[in-house]
Amino acid sequence: MRLMRSDGSISIWFFIGVSLLVNGVLIFGAGLYQLSHPPAVKVVLYDYHANVWWGGVLLIIGLLYCLRYNPKRA
Amino acid sequence: MMNLGMATITGDRLVHLAPVDLVIVVFYFVLVLAIGFYLKGRSNTGEDFFLAGREMTAWIAGLSFLSANLGALELMGWAAASYQYGILAAHWYWIGAIPAMLFLGLVMMPFYYISKTHSVPGYLKLRFGESSSVLSAVCFAFMTVLMSGINMYAMALVMKVVLGWDINFSIWVSSLTVAIYVTLGGLRSAIFNEVLQFILIWAGALVIPVMGLIEAGGWKALQLKVAQNASVEYTHLWSTLGSFKDNPMGIHWTGIVFGLGFVISFAYWTTDFLVVQRVLAAKDLRAAKMAPIIGAAFKMFVPFIVILPGLLGLAVLPVKLTGEAVAVATGGHSYNEVLPLMLARYCGPGLLGLGITALIAGFMSGMAGNVSAFSTVWTYDIYKALIKKKATDAHYVLMGRWSTILGVLISIGTAYLVMSFLSIMDYVQALFSFFVAPLFGTVILGMLWKRATAAGGFWGLLAGTVSSVGMWAWVKFDPTALRYVALSANAKDMAENMYRALWSWIICVVVTVVVSMATKPKPDSELVGLVYGATEIPSEAEVPLYHKPVFWAVVVTIVFIALNIIFW
Repeated sequence: MRLMRSDGSISIWFFIGVSLLVNGVLIFGAGLYQLSHPPAVKVVLYDYHANVWWGGVLLIIGLLYCLRYNPKRA
Repeated sequence: MMNLGMATITGDRLVHLAPVDLVIVVFYFVLVLAIGFYLKGRSNTGEDFFLAGREMTAWIAGLSFLSANLGALELMGWAAASYQYGILAAHWYWIGAIPAMLFLGLVMMPFYYISKTHSVPGYLKLRFGESSSVLSAVCFAFMTVLMSGINMYAMALVMKVVLGWDINFSIWVSSLTVAIYVTLGGLRSAIFNEVLQFILIWAGALVIPVMGLIEAGGWKALQLKVAQNASVEYTHLWSTLGSFKDNPMGIHWTGIVFGLGFVISFAYWTTDFLVVQRVLAAKDLRAAKMAPIIGAAFKMFVPFIVILPGLLGLAVLPVKLTGEAVAVATGGHSYNEVLPLMLARYCGPGLLGLGITALIAGFMSGMAGNVSAFSTVWTYDIYKALIKKKATDAHYVLMGRWSTILGVLISIGTAYLVMSFLSIMDYVQALFSFFVAPLFGTVILGMLWKRATAAGGFWGLLAGTVSSVGMWAWVKFDPTALRYVALSANAKDMAENMYRALWSWIICVVVTVVVSMATKPKPDSELVGLVYGATEIPSEAEVPLYHKPVFWAVVVTIVFIALNIIFW
């Protein structure tokens, strides 16, 4: 599924991995912060802590893509 | 501060972003610009700049094909439509897209790809000659940038309502970002970013239906709540389409099946160069055939992040949303705000930033699609055909870069024009619809009927377009004409659009056939690679079953039929 392989250029999937990883870290971190500092006004279904689990999912997928499509492995 | 069960709804804006949300939005802009600069050195030839080197895999081309259509206004508009009309809005994702996308992949792509055309007007030039090509190129190029400007203005307005951002700031920052990365990297950069944007749209929007279904108590409980708050018809796809009066959209099943499912969707998905250009960048014929099928597979599930949030809004939001005029008069919320309202309902810091990024990404992918398609059609089908026929490849690449900037500037100008004269928006959107349905008639006859002649193609296209304008003007000046154009005085705007498209397509086909029969056709030797019956399509007999496009098209068709039955 990679765009380019043989010439050492960076795959689009690596960029996507970086995007998911950074967003995952930020969202997961914001979720953890909210666990320790609960906000005064809460979103609906706050107790499900969507930003913790969704941030975690993005972080893991992003990390896997970064490793799999790391340009240094090409 | 209003308390609607959402975290942060303030008086002058729907949501307030936390610092982490802003970091996510800024990171997105940095990443798309970085991709543009990274790809700068890979767009030196015409084939690189305008066709991304024709080296895209089926997955990349397929996701880009879908992403170019998945704009922010599409997301918010159809979520609003599903709040207003119920699950009927899903027809635009299923019967209004899937058959056409499969048809493009299996039937039409071989001719587009084997002819080695760089654009849809380019195909018309090969098949019918320069007059049809120039007519379609001029209409497409200018309608595309005008539409881009309208979308830009509408998106800036959304950002003002949702985030309180200044309209000028939104217009200039987003359009200059798109201008930079498309000018630097051409179609390859646009495609790269569209795939990234596609993933971000799903990552940002998927939380809403998941959390919404948890809150509503599942699909059955959602249906009950929608029936209580609106009507039981809102969760049925086909069973209410027997009469114009029985459903919230005021439409009949014939309009959905023939107007939307056949003419409008086939016209858009198979001849609108904005989306077809992505598939032309595929690395080989099999990838070009697979790309629309992959796009169709994902398209089937887009209602999960667009239509379902609208229905969930009907079920769980504590306020009743209204039309724009009522919302402005009463200080309430309009249908168009349902997606941001649902976003604010479930998404805390971080997730909110990702959701807003998804909206911005959707807008930018649509705009990048518009300007890259404009640049190609302007350079190859207008500038090269009419102004400078013989120049070096480098000259045309330079023209492509400048026309990208020109396209963005015209879009910005249109956005400011719309700001001053709001009614322009309706006229330009109508203008765009005039042209697409007849174009499909011309292209499909050109591909499937050897007897179609250059004169037939040109006069059919012209007659279809002019008749579409005529029907629109007729209803505009005499609303009672609706009973003739849309077959019912009870038909609403969407139904009128569908029937007008259907009639203009029929007129285009009839005129093309009549004129062709009266004029001399091209010999078969000049139709090789362009027309069914004169073109040898490479055999796929040796390809394993699971690699065959037709196999995956059958799989998509089965799921498509199942979805329609489940939500009947």
